[in-house]
Amino acid sequence: MYKKILVPVDLTHADRLEKALQTAADLSIHYGAPICYVGVTPEAPSPVARNPAEFAQKLEAFGQAQAARHGVTATTKSYSATDPAIDINKTLRKAVEEAGADLVVMASHVPNVTDYIWPSHGGWVAEHSEASVFVVR
Amino acid sequence: MSDQNDNEAEEDTEAVPAPEGDSDIIDTDYEIGQDNVEPKIGPFQLDVHNPVFLVSGIVVVAFVILTLAFQSQVEPLFEGLRGFLTTNFDWFFLIAGNIFVLVCLGILVSPLGKVRIGGQDATPDYGYPGWFAMLFAAGMGIGLMFFGVLEPVYYFGTPWGDQPLMHQIGIVDGEVADPATVEAARAMAMAATIYHWGLHPWAIYAIVALSLALFAYNKGLPLTVRSMFYPIFGEKVWGPVGHVIDILAVFATLFGLATSLGLGAQQASAGIGYVFNIEAIDADNVYASVILIGIITLMALVSVLRGLDGGVKRLSEFNMILAALLLLFVIFVGPTATLLSSYFGNLWAYLTEMAALSNPVGREDDGFRQGWTAFYWAWWISWSPFVGMFIARVSRGRTVREFITCVLLIPTVISALWMTAFGGTAIDQVVTMAEESAVFGYVIAEYNDTLSLFGMLSDLPFAAITSTIAIILVIVFFVTSSDSGSLVIDTITAGGKINAPVSQRVFWVIFEGLVAAALLLGGGLAALQAAAVSTGLPFAIVLLVACVALVMGLMREPRE
Repeated sequence: MYKKILVPVDLTHADRLEKALQTAADLSIHYGAPICYVGVTPEAPSPVARNPAEFAQKLEAFGQAQAARHGVTATTKSYSATDPAIDINKTLRKAVEEAGADLVVMASHVPNVTDYIWPSHGGWVAEHSEASVFVVR
Repeated sequence: MSDQNDNEAEEDTEAVPAPEGDSDIIDTDYEIGQDNVEPKIGPFQLDVHNPVFLVSGIVVVAFVILTLAFQSQVEPLFEGLRGFLTTNFDWFFLIAGNIFVLVCLGILVSPLGKVRIGGQDATPDYGYPGWFAMLFAAGMGIGLMFFGVLEPVYYFGTPWGDQPLMHQIGIVDGEVADPATVEAARAMAMAATIYHWGLHPWAIYAIVALSLALFAYNKGLPLTVRSMFYPIFGEKVWGPVGHVIDILAVFATLFGLATSLGLGAQQASAGIGYVFNIEAIDADNVYASVILIGIITLMALVSVLRGLDGGVKRLSEFNMILAALLLLFVIFVGPTATLLSSYFGNLWAYLTEMAALSNPVGREDDGFRQGWTAFYWAWWISWSPFVGMFIARVSRGRTVREFITCVLLIPTVISALWMTAFGGTAIDQVVTMAEESAVFGYVIAEYNDTLSLFGMLSDLPFAAITSTIAIILVIVFFVTSSDSGSLVIDTITAGGKINAPVSQRVFWVIFEGLVAAALLLGGGLAALQAAAVSTGLPFAIVLLVACVALVMGLMREPRE
């Protein structure tokens, strides 16, 4: 049913992603669809990496570790943005298109009043891309 | 402790890769965000640098409350402080300004110019139009609107002893002087104005921007002001020394921004009252200005939520087009032939008078040197962490030579063109129409600085349209400054993280508006200006040290 699963990961908070990662892996095995782990990094140094090249390395290591652990086929793709806090939605849409993904599995934050001002990333991606979106609470 | 060392040893075995092509990565154990705390206030999750956010927040709040509580005492206090600093330290500001220009020009012509920001193979994030638009919108948009007419006419014709180098003015006993005197006074007025808006301010910005960009994009240090000082302080830069530098930068940005926001709001409300003939609204009506600050803060809020590309960049481009149209209008409807022929003459006068104008000692023009030049230098310096950091953020992928050409030389040429068009037209109106001209009334006969630009436009055709455009320009420059300023303050107070929660930016946008409003109510423009000058002095010292660090940092970079 699904050809490729896109999993956005925030390497700063990788510990909070466990449930989403497990869900993605299970779906990947069930449908035989490879996973593409996607990360968005600022071009300026961040807590995760000093530059986009280092971020790409770390993301690849993360992807390989996940693939080995869950026994899935996985690739990684890193994107850099000048203002990632805002540009993350558009970057994810681009990632969905470029990876040819038809399912996005992502972790959600706890909804709160600020959602009225800046809506969740999952909702935005569902609205603006062709893929199905699975938001893991 | 031993555990931690083991971890570090493990991490060290895998070196940080170069960004794009070769660069000199600094090997530090400091991790960005390691001193950050993540308090949750209501629905807002914050992620801020521990001492920097708290100390700057508390001191700024205390400052605003004190200003509000002791309104009548605060204004003379600030005015005294400003008088003291610009009278006693004018020589220091002038020398520092000259050093910044020389360091920039030195780097431009030396082999260090071949270093590329972001590594040898990096490509620019922004094309030239967007980049230039953002340089001007952050750097001096509001100032160009406020001083474009005022400053040249002031030097040309006001008899209060502020003329540059004690040069003769073009108005004698309320009458236009003989043609030779007028021509000499005009040339000196333009040279002095371009001096204040030319190489010196942009050199100050360039030094800060280049240092920040180099240490973040090439060397992998957090995008915050303290990183510039790594070559000098080493690992100590992450401790109290660095906290002080960053806190100073936050103050300088906030107060410098507040000065400009105050100027912009006063000019816009004066303009609105003037254009739409509403007597109750003028520059002295602080309530009108405060309401305007509120509206503009709201617009900045929307812009900040749209991010760098969707907010500041779009608005800057919009304003650049509008400003270019206004500039072309003034050139073609004003005295076109005179303006075009005097442009190169003005640049030449600027270059030939520069030595005398920038000489820090043995001068008698106290009103000009202390009241104008020293004030400007302190103002540019206080604004440099903000503008510099913003320029740094959008300049990745440029070579150092390209960077200095585009941040120092081209803006100087454009500022000179702006001043020639606006100031030249205004002086021409004063000379041909004498006291009949509106500018004469607002600058020379009575001093009504916020109306000077609108006065000049009112003696040209389509005044209602062009004045409305001018008001829009002021307001949008105001919005872009407030927006980019809060991005910068947020990054500094988050310890160099540029992807901190968006709610923090919202906090700073609102906070800036509050500070500008409070200072405007508490002591008018004098309080704002004095606050900016006060942060300019310590930061001038910081910047001189930064020049050394910048050259040291550049020398370790690979060149093409």
